[in-house]
Amino acid sequence: MNDKKKKRIGVFVCHCGINIAGTVDVKKAAKELSKHKNVAHAEDYVYMCSDPGQKLISDTIKEKNLDGVVVACCSPSLHESTFRGTSEEAGLNPYQCEIANIREQCSWVHKDKQRATSKAITISNSIVEKVLRNQSLEPISVPLTKRAMVIGGGIGGIQAALDIANGGHEVILVEKSPSIGGHMIQLSETFPTLDCSQCIMTPKMVEVSKHPNIKLMTYSEVQDVSGYVGNFKVKILKKPTYVDPDACTLCDECTKVCPVVTSNEFDQGLTGRKAIYVPFPQAIPATYTIDAEACPGFLPIACGKCAEVCEPNAINFDMKPETVEEEVGAIVVATGYDLYSQKNLKEYGGGQYPDVLDGLQFERLLSASGPTQGKILRPSDHKEPKEVVFVQCAGSRDPELHCAYCSKICCMYTAKHAMLYKHHVQDGQPYIFYIDIRSGGKDYEEFVQRAVEDDGVVYIRGKVSKIFEEDGKVKVWGVDTLTGKDIQVDADMVVLAMALRPSGGAGELAKILKMAMDKDGFLSEAHPKLRPVESVTSGMFLAGAAQAPKDIPEVVAQSSGAASKVLAMFSSDELHHDPIVAEVDEDVCSGCKMCIRVCPYDARVYDEEKGVVTVNEVLCEGCGACIVACPSGATQQKNFSDDQINSMIDSIL
Amino acid sequence: MAKFEPKIIAFACNWCTSAGADLAGTSRMKYQPNSTIIRVMCSSRVDPQHILRAFKQGADGVFVGGCHPGDCHYLTGNYNTLRRVKLLKKMMQDMGIDPQRLQLEWVSAAEGQKFVQVINEFTDKIRKLGALNLSKETSN
Ligand SMILES: Cc1cc2nc3c(=O)[nH]c(=O)nc-3n(C[C@H](O)[C@H](O)[C@H](O)COP(=O)(O)OP(=O)(O)OC[C@H]3O[C@@H](n4cnc5c(N)ncnc54)[C@H](O)[C@@H]3O)c2cc1C
Ligand code: FES
Repeated sequence: MNDKKKKRIGVFVCHCGINIAGTVDVKKAAKELSKHKNVAHAEDYVYMCSDPGQKLISDTIKEKNLDGVVVACCSPSLHESTFRGTSEEAGLNPYQCEIANIREQCSWVHKDKQRATSKAITISNSIVEKVLRNQSLEPISVPLTKRAMVIGGGIGGIQAALDIANGGHEVILVEKSPSIGGHMIQLSETFPTLDCSQCIMTPKMVEVSKHPNIKLMTYSEVQDVSGYVGNFKVKILKKPTYVDPDACTLCDECTKVCPVVTSNEFDQGLTGRKAIYVPFPQAIPATYTIDAEACPGFLPIACGKCAEVCEPNAINFDMKPETVEEEVGAIVVATGYDLYSQKNLKEYGGGQYPDVLDGLQFERLLSASGPTQGKILRPSDHKEPKEVVFVQCAGSRDPELHCAYCSKICCMYTAKHAMLYKHHVQDGQPYIFYIDIRSGGKDYEEFVQRAVEDDGVVYIRGKVSKIFEEDGKVKVWGVDTLTGKDIQVDADMVVLAMALRPSGGAGELAKILKMAMDKDGFLSEAHPKLRPVESVTSGMFLAGAAQAPKDIPEVVAQSSGAASKVLAMFSSDELHHDPIVAEVDEDVCSGCKMCIRVCPYDARVYDEEKGVVTVNEVLCEGCGACIVACPSGATQQKNFSDDQINSMIDSIL
Repeated sequence: MAKFEPKIIAFACNWCTSAGADLAGTSRMKYQPNSTIIRVMCSSRVDPQHILRAFKQGADGVFVGGCHPGDCHYLTGNYNTLRRVKLLKKMMQDMGIDPQRLQLEWVSAAEGQKFVQVINEFTDKIRKLGALNLSKETSN
């Protein structure tokens, strides 16, 4: 029934307990709404979304032979699908049901009962006018490519990739550095159980490299993404490693002759590495990369020593970047974090003192595979530090100068650091400066207590104002805010728990993916409570510390959550897409192509034969920009037509 | 004579401004009830014709709310809106309707507070400008 004159509409006004009824006279509203000539039925009820409420709607649809339904209740973002489902069950096309938002946009924001009531009636009447002109629509089926791309090969990306691959679907795992592993592979032991990080990480890395469903692309970056949920086209740039991994026998002759030493990122700059290198012994893939920025060999006269000694001729300075195109249906972003640079904390030395370390550098000192084989020796003179100060919230919780947010994991890893330090240096004394101790989590509080009680860690509540080196000591000035006294510790070493930041380049990637970021540059979830692993762009999901600072258990849980969303999506053979798309009256369209210019999705196609522009309904997302651009009124958006909007305006005024 | 209560139509995109208005509600913030929201999927669906129609039908002010530049759910929709509103404001001047009666604002889904503020400020502004008397405004 699309003859609007004869259409019979039912209006159902919800009390939402007192949420609506407290400010809106719902009985009066229903009575007023029943006066509209097309309203065949108007009724109020305490909770429309309850079972009896929905039954009331579906029974009335059948009894009164309704052609359209308006539910005046909460925001359509909450119950539009509920009531469209109810309508469909009662035999009505779901697109003949619309929500009048009289809670969030009326009863909750106004106080005056009389005015709120009349506004609720106005809103509902405007929606009645809209439904009168609604078309019955069917969801548009969209094909679905059941392959996923995961970006970032830290524990988050690895977990998501493994879950999707184990679910039976192909995954492309894209990692920008030469090996997967992320930050977790750099860690020594992990709170709260103190299990060896590498021991639990490497099996997962190996599983990735052996998995028949995972295509691993390291030293690669996503360059471009087009398309839409279920059908993304991605371009991935494979950077040249200048070493053919198939030919390389890992004999390591090359690093022996390489004359260049540059900073070793895996050891957070505490050691050096050669320009040709394997990032760390357990790297996956186990292969060499030539760091083009450090290597002089690109001028053959300048060096080329590695190529000379390479027996299998694996080194190829002519290797070029390669762009690979892939089609995927879903994308998981797990690009993790970076530490806020010490350079930003001038009052703590700005990174110039060798014995003032950040947390990850200290992890490398603690690690058996680290620069000191797990002995705690301070970088400047390789002596064992007897007094170490740990400073929490370095750059966090400081809205004026640095990051406003809490980096969340530092309280726990600092307790771990102090504890592990004490395990290594039994006659040493760890001090921790803290603002608060945030140890929410399973077994976390007990862990902090253990640090204090069993390992004699001294916690000082206060902020450190200055750190400087003098006479071979690192002097720490601070205030104990519990006693109000100034404190000075002449320490041998200081470890700063630097704030966590989104990883470098995350912003550019978010632009390529058209994903939203929050004010700090972390990726935004679609809903902070109810959709924590989805992004607002459908088909794109978030995993790990790219969304916010997180520890490993939380990263793994969220990544499995993202993977299960992908698997749920892949469990059907096609996707459905909202049919509120543009349509064209081909008799009126003059083929001027104005609509093509404004369409961000390439959904507008010029038909040479007919001389008109048509709509690709699969590509059209239903924004309506082209409707306004059309100078001849030849195109309309289904269920958001000019006629509908105009009649809503008229009804409101 | 009864106190003048302006009539305002507020177009709000589904993804940002309408969601921001929802957040204002969820947070139980209060604002003046003079504006009624018409939810469209994107601010770029708002046609200058709709705005002019609203004025013709008796609106004293028209508000258009969209996502912040760069944040439009449909990527570039709000840039179209910005151009169209600017152009329309010029035309309104020529037509003799005070362009202040049309206001475009970027309100994100997280900006419930901003929604309240801009709606209140706009309502106050229109209250000051007084009722739109089309035949009068357009004749001088
Ligand atoms: C000092 C310190 C100690 C810690 N100790 C513990 C502990 O004891 N227990 C615990 O549970 N947690 C600990 N954590 C936290 C832990 O490191 C994180 O929870 C975890 O590493 C986050 O994993 P992720 O995969 O989200 O990110 P990451 O580990 O940061 O991995 C992200 C990956 O994505 C890659 N990447 C980034 N951008 C791109 C791009 N544009 N394209 C492709 N790839 C990209 C990166 O190269 C990296 O491999 C500690 C953290 C710190 C700083
Ligand atoms: S969706 Fe908000 S302006 Fe386009």
